Amino acid sequence: MSKDHSDHHHHDHEALVVEDEAGNLDAQIIIDALQDVLIAKGLLTAPEVTKEIEKLESKGIHLGAKVVAKAWTDPDYKARLLENGKSCIQEIGVPVGEAQIIVVENTDEVHNLITCTLCSCYPRSILGQPPSWYISKAYRARTVREPRSVLAEFGLELDEDIQLIVHDSNADMRYLVLPQPPENIGSLDFGAIEALVTRDQLIGVSR
Amino acid sequence: MGPGVGRGRKYVTARFDIGDRVEVLSLEKEGHVRIPFYIRGQEGTVVQYCGRYLNPENLAVGNMSGPGIDLYRVEFQQTELWTSPDHLPQDRLIIEIYDHWLKISGS
Repeated sequence: MSKDHSDHHHHDHEALVVEDEAGNLDAQIIIDALQDVLIAKGLLTAPEVTKEIEKLESKGIHLGAKVVAKAWTDPDYKARLLENGKSCIQEIGVPVGEAQIIVVENTDEVHNLITCTLCSCYPRSILGQPPSWYISKAYRARTVREPRSVLAEFGLELDEDIQLIVHDSNADMRYLVLPQPPENIGSLDFGAIEALVTRDQLIGVSR
Repeated sequence: MGPGVGRGRKYVTARFDIGDRVEVLSLEKEGHVRIPFYIRGQEGTVVQYCGRYLNPENLAVGNMSGPGIDLYRVEFQQTELWTSPDHLPQDRLIIEIYDHWLKISGS
């Protein structure tokens, strides 16, 4: 499992599938054929497809980092964010397509971990596409069965006096972990604070 | 309500209140069911009311008409769900459960 905490600015795309020696991907062959048919029938145009891909890929951790940095630096915003995630995220100019974003706060006593045991539910409006390990069967099954072992594999040995709360994102809600702010936050400007926030923290596999 | 739980508004007609002890039913439903097997038959506590949503069991087969169903977040003690020594007594799991999958414990 990936434990790279410095990669979020590069929007790491871990490979979901592996191509064969001729460079073919099974799923890509099917998608290409389907796209050809839809374009031939006049139901789609290639620029429309490109535009949708751009839209999908424009979402990313930078949006989640902005929300967290705002919460860390504005106590009133943080209090409202914990009450109603969606409206507070939209308030700072980040569109939210999900029904609701529930923001769960890490404290000295509590650590939160997000998973979706049934599929791959993820707050895509604010974090983009989930990493491949998040949608793996191993992560989905093991984060509820043995979450402390999973966290240890990510490099997070959770103290025995901390309460671990696992949130199964199985239905209509989506979740965002609000990590604890760094101790030197007072000496940093907003951009520097945003840059400290990692994707793994917002899922809860890092603290 | 403890940290990391979040809050929501509630319809007055909703059957369950925050703090109610509830049991997840083991309905024999097929198809696009959002209640995983590991939580069926388990007892937990309602910690949040999420609002009303169309039933995904119907949406999945193209039935987009209502009514909306109350959705709750229910908290379970991990040591009651699993035998694995991985879990500590204070650890919790919170999952979303639709109204028709719940009953008051012991009822």
